[in-house]
Amino acid sequence: MSELIRRFGTLLTTVAILLTAFWLLFLVIFPYLGLFEQSFRPYLPVDEIGGPNDFYSVNNYLSMFHNPTEINLLGLTFSVPIHLWVFFITILYSSITALAALLLCYPLAYYMAKVIPPKSLPTFLLLLVIPMWVSELLRAFAWFIILAFNGPLTIVLQDLHIITDPVRWVNGLGGYSGVVIGLVYAYILFMLFPVYNSMSSLDTNQLEAAEDLGARWWQTHWRVVVPHCKPGIASGSVTVFMLAAGSILVPTLVGSTRSRWFTEIIQQWMFESQDWNTGAAYAFVLLIVCTIFVTLMMRFFKVGLADIAK
Amino acid sequence: MTASVELRGVSMDFDKYRAVDDVSVKINPGEFFSFLGPSGCGKTTILRMVSGFIEPTKGQVLIGDQDMRGIGPNKRPTAMIFQNLALFPLMSVWENIAFGLEMRGVDKAARRAKAEELLTLVELPGVGDRYASQLSGGQRQRVAIARALAVEPQVMLLDEPLSALDLKLRQHMRSELRAIQKRTNVTFIYITHDQGEALAMSDRVAVMSRGKIQQVDVPQKIYNNPSNGFVASFVGENNKFTGTLGAISKGQGKFKTDAGEFAVTLGEGVTKDSKYRLYIRPEHVGFVAKPKAGGNAVPVTVEDVSFEGNFATVNLRDKTGRRLSAEVRNDPLNPPPAVGSKTNITFDQDKALVLLDSEASAYAEKD
Repeated sequence: MSELIRRFGTLLTTVAILLTAFWLLFLVIFPYLGLFEQSFRPYLPVDEIGGPNDFYSVNNYLSMFHNPTEINLLGLTFSVPIHLWVFFITILYSSITALAALLLCYPLAYYMAKVIPPKSLPTFLLLLVIPMWVSELLRAFAWFIILAFNGPLTIVLQDLHIITDPVRWVNGLGGYSGVVIGLVYAYILFMLFPVYNSMSSLDTNQLEAAEDLGARWWQTHWRVVVPHCKPGIASGSVTVFMLAAGSILVPTLVGSTRSRWFTEIIQQWMFESQDWNTGAAYAFVLLIVCTIFVTLMMRFFKVGLADIAK
Repeated sequence: MTASVELRGVSMDFDKYRAVDDVSVKINPGEFFSFLGPSGCGKTTILRMVSGFIEPTKGQVLIGDQDMRGIGPNKRPTAMIFQNLALFPLMSVWENIAFGLEMRGVDKAARRAKAEELLTLVELPGVGDRYASQLSGGQRQRVAIARALAVEPQVMLLDEPLSALDLKLRQHMRSELRAIQKRTNVTFIYITHDQGEALAMSDRVAVMSRGKIQQVDVPQKIYNNPSNGFVASFVGENNKFTGTLGAISKGQGKFKTDAGEFAVTLGEGVTKDSKYRLYIRPEHVGFVAKPKAGGNAVPVTVEDVSFEGNFATVNLRDKTGRRLSAEVRNDPLNPPPAVGSKTNITFDQDKALVLLDSEASAYAEKD
């Protein structure tokens, strides 16, 4: 604090702190608190707000457990509340998205950090970043076109004689392949850069030492590279998972007839039913459960919060 | 187990730059062999070719008479100690040492036992559960040696492993390394730019410059009978005179300079037509008040005396302004000449060497 005052003067420091406080309080904390408060109140016509029916309860949260539906999984039939099921599916496919992004980024990050000559790195990075200059909406829509029935992907693969009949690409993975592809594409750089950063801080001599001591390439990766990159991998995975679970655009655009995403349900509550109270309750469930899930995963893989912040 | 290492006409090109140029040398089993040279002379490239990280552009690398082309570093009977040691920071000391065994599928109990055994060998028992970051520089050095020895290599490759240590520790580790080498009888190939290290530890030394080997010999020969001006300049100090050779017979001759004419000994391949200079080591220079007639002598003025304890360096200037130096052993009864005094230096004919000067020797002087 005194360091800031010394460097920028009292006036500038005060302004900077006030602006930061404004941003935190009015753009983050108060809106959240407002929604949090609303999530415990019933959805009422305007003239009944503040009336005898307007009392705090957890009913909005409990509506997650309404409307049981039959689910077939691995030959077994369950009766699960539909919103709970969609919630579970969202967590599952967000995890799959993070995993798929990691599997794609790990070799790429390794290639960038340890294989290509440093002088061609800027060009390489530029090529990776350029697609991100296009709006997320257009990029998702591009995938909608690419994956369409009888779309470009089908035509190319047919011309290469890899497939003969057109494929509904978005229908794989239980109807979620389009969503996963779109999400991986949308958020891949959030995985790539943390993994690349941790990879580039690895001393190349360590790789050579491992190889010299008889390690095969996969042994070197498993015992030396992956442990070193764990913070980066964790950081990227958390980011991609959170972004995927909270995405609305991609699941809406590239989804199949069978895919539903939890954010879509929140959106339906808020904008179709005009029920902001239940929508807010669902949004908080998503936030809290995702945070718990991430914390548990970090505990499981023995990564500290401080590692991720690095 | 120990093995010979042979380089046959090995060259290595990086794009247009030739790092190693037609090097042939045979290193005997169980030998402590050093490559000595300035940075950029190609010595590290040679080490990396023996370890298998790079393949020579031309020529053959043989270990124990087997051609190593196409055999990766993980399949060669070599183990390398890196300049920065490259210990694995996320593994404990014993896991580091046992890494090579783990890669070979040895079970955990056996690995642990072997690691403890090696820790005892490098005189570092009981630190197995610590991490490299918790050890001192010298201890880390020993762990790196133990890790390399764990895979029972036939050839050990060392890339200036002592350069990060302070002087005292470095000198201690020299004799330690030498002792470990004798105990294990593994062939050691040692890379260094430090002449003291190379001379003190090695059975034989190869002095390198610009990708070529200048001389391969035992340390005494390298120092006392350098094959050319580069070797003389890189290994130790010299007083240098330019001049022309007069009468030559049986490897000896007369050498005419602006400081007088000297009786000299000719080095390898020196003829009247070659490019050469006269080299005299400072410790071979003595002082006389009145020079003997016909002996090698130069009148000089004493500019400065720096007393180092066991010896003193006397900086001198002759009448042409040439800087010369003499090293005299510490002797209270016979102190070095006083600063400012005028005297004569003298040197024996067999210590005055006329050596071939190549481009390389000018390069050595710049360093």
